Amino acid sequence: MEIRSMHFVSRVRQRLDDTELQRNLQRTRGRNAAARLASLSSLDDFDAVRARATDIRASVLRDLDVWLERFEAEATRRGATVLWARDGDEACRLVIDIARRHDVKTVVKAKSMVSEEAGLNAALEAAGIRPVETDLGEYILQINDNEPPSHIIMPVIHKSKEQVSELFARVHGTAAKTDIVELTREAREKLRPEFLGAEMGISGGNFLIAETGSVAIVTNEGNGRMCTTMPRVHVALTGIEKVIPTLDDLATLLRILPRSATGQAISNYVSLLTGPKHEGDADGPEHMYFVLVDGGRADLIGGDFEPMLRCIRCGACMNHCPVYQTIGGHSYGWVYPGPMGSVLTPLYQGLEKAKDLPQAATLCNQCGVVCPVSIPLPDLMRKLREKQVDAGLRPWSERLSMRLWAWVAQRPALYARGVRLAVRYLRWLADGRDRIQAMGVAPGWTAERDFPAPAAQSFRDRYAARRRAGR
Amino acid sequence: MSQPPHGSRGEVGLFVTCLVDLMRPSIGFAALKLIEAAGYTPVVPDTQTCCGQPGHNAGDARSARALAQKLIAEFEGFPCVVAPSGSCAGMIRTHYPHLFDDDDAWRIRAEALAAKTFELTQFLADVAGVTEVPGDFVGAVTYHDSCAGLRELGVKRQPRALLDRMPGVEQRPLNECEECCGFGGLFSVKYPDISGAIAQRKCDNIRASGAGTVALGDLGCMMNIEGRLRRIGDEGTQVIHIAELLAGRLDPD
Ligand code: SF4
Repeated sequence: MEIRSMHFVSRVRQRLDDTELQRNLQRTRGRNAAARLASLSSLDDFDAVRARATDIRASVLRDLDVWLERFEAEATRRGATVLWARDGDEACRLVIDIARRHDVKTVVKAKSMVSEEAGLNAALEAAGIRPVETDLGEYILQINDNEPPSHIIMPVIHKSKEQVSELFARVHGTAAKTDIVELTREAREKLRPEFLGAEMGISGGNFLIAETGSVAIVTNEGNGRMCTTMPRVHVALTGIEKVIPTLDDLATLLRILPRSATGQAISNYVSLLTGPKHEGDADGPEHMYFVLVDGGRADLIGGDFEPMLRCIRCGACMNHCPVYQTIGGHSYGWVYPGPMGSVLTPLYQGLEKAKDLPQAATLCNQCGVVCPVSIPLPDLMRKLREKQVDAGLRPWSERLSMRLWAWVAQRPALYARGVRLAVRYLRWLADGRDRIQAMGVAPGWTAERDFPAPAAQSFRDRYAARRRAGR
Repeated sequence: MSQPPHGSRGEVGLFVTCLVDLMRPSIGFAALKLIEAAGYTPVVPDTQTCCGQPGHNAGDARSARALAQKLIAEFEGFPCVVAPSGSCAGMIRTHYPHLFDDDDAWRIRAEALAAKTFELTQFLADVAGVTEVPGDFVGAVTYHDSCAGLRELGVKRQPRALLDRMPGVEQRPLNECEECCGFGGLFSVKYPDISGAIAQRKCDNIRASGAGTVALGDLGCMMNIEGRLRRIGDEGTQVIHIAELLAGRLDPD
């Protein structure tokens, strides 16, 4: 997917002014957070499960190559083919090769964020292969002129049912419906022949299980199963970091993933797919492939940002983010929005292409607290800010003022004079009132709120005067 | 239980914070009064300036470290250090040690200071075990949990427990009280649109609480919330630092 994160500020402005979007954001705000909280009560000891989940993900990353080799061996032994892609482009080429080899005209797709990273749909179309999104949300976006998702698990969370109803009526040429059940039925009717006719299904993968060479897929719609069992060929496309050692580990992670995501104790479907159809199997594809994408992940191993690879894509961080919930997912400009996107986008796409993302955060740490694998997202954003400074990507005025502040603050006598000067200046700006309404040095502040006038004397001066007076 | 006599419980280093020093000294004096009333002798090192948080959050690790070293040297001699700010106390407690991940000698000093540094209400409620509060405020109050105090230090119950000690205070719940107010330090200046929209939501919740007064523990959030309320024409809702509320009337100069 083409990155637009460099236009963050203008995209945010548009979205703040979009009353329909704002209404939709308000409507869903807090819903997932509340569901998550309610669902945690059904875990005996959330903190312990979280610690275990964190440990599973952290330890696998320490020996990622070993676990990937194990996965490849086991998957291969069970008849699947494991292919490796350095980046999204290579992933697209591999998928297209597979499609050509099997004479594929139509592909049904279950949800895969890695396919968004790779821009797979556009690549397939360019190669004359027709991709059909079958996750309801992704389907809606696809028929809306390939609109990008705004959330990693609820891709159309930014749309109201009225907007979807209008879209369906326009694209399907049917009468407008307002009932969600009816809308879903309409989509299902459109998709059924696609499931039956497609020669290939592409899915993502929530976890790759090394000991069995399986892929686990966690969904709430039946489409994931259809995509992976009905067509002749199944391709599971996911990132190399998704591997976990054992089925026991899967059990632990499944206790925390749906709860963190939607507040469900378990999702409607959990599929565990191992190899192609064997003799005697009732269903399954004739051919099964894994396309495992690096796309910048391997570079993070062993560095400051390795904890980010623990991410299990639950979306809790964005569901709890005051910024995400105010500006919506599209503002972020690439595949991953919210706190996890603010860390991943600059790492995968280049610091200079997403300069705003690590900055546009209040560091309130709601994300860090809810993350089921304990990723310290605010710390990682701070680290990215450091990298920006080191790379000369921050405005010189900001760097200078930070330096100057620190230089003065290390010199108490000079600092005290500076404080006195600042008090005088701010009080001059306030001009006898208790507040300042426009301030040249920080126009951003006064654009949105008043700035209070400081007291006539700083604490240090008043305190010193008191001490002199013997009190 | 009556409070112990003045000063008998030892010295406490008070880190006033740069923002309180510059903008609202009364918070510092309120903190002094509360620490004294709890039976301690507050000491204010006069060389203190800033904890280094602006640099830390702006990616200027070098200046954060320099200011951290200065503060550590100034305060490590006290048995206990208090700041009337969740974010500055949080900076010292949770971030200082990590600033020196590659420097054992300083990390040990940072950890030692971190272990004895407290946000004001945390100090009063958990360390001092205060049961009497000098403030005499009368009215309905709602409380906003500032992010760093809440999530870095676990300050939640303490300010409310202290307010419970004030017979005139009627505490009202605040919807989304744990949500960020949109301040975020320089974020508020760099992304005013987003910051203003988040602050607006906070103000709406405060107004809907029905309390005429909102109390909180961080001056940054206070300036953000008060500034937004005034900008939208709300002159009535009072925004007050928890220290000022608990301390009540201060001695005139
Ligand atoms: S960073 Fe954590 S909270 Fe966010 S999507 Fe990943 S696992 Fe979930």
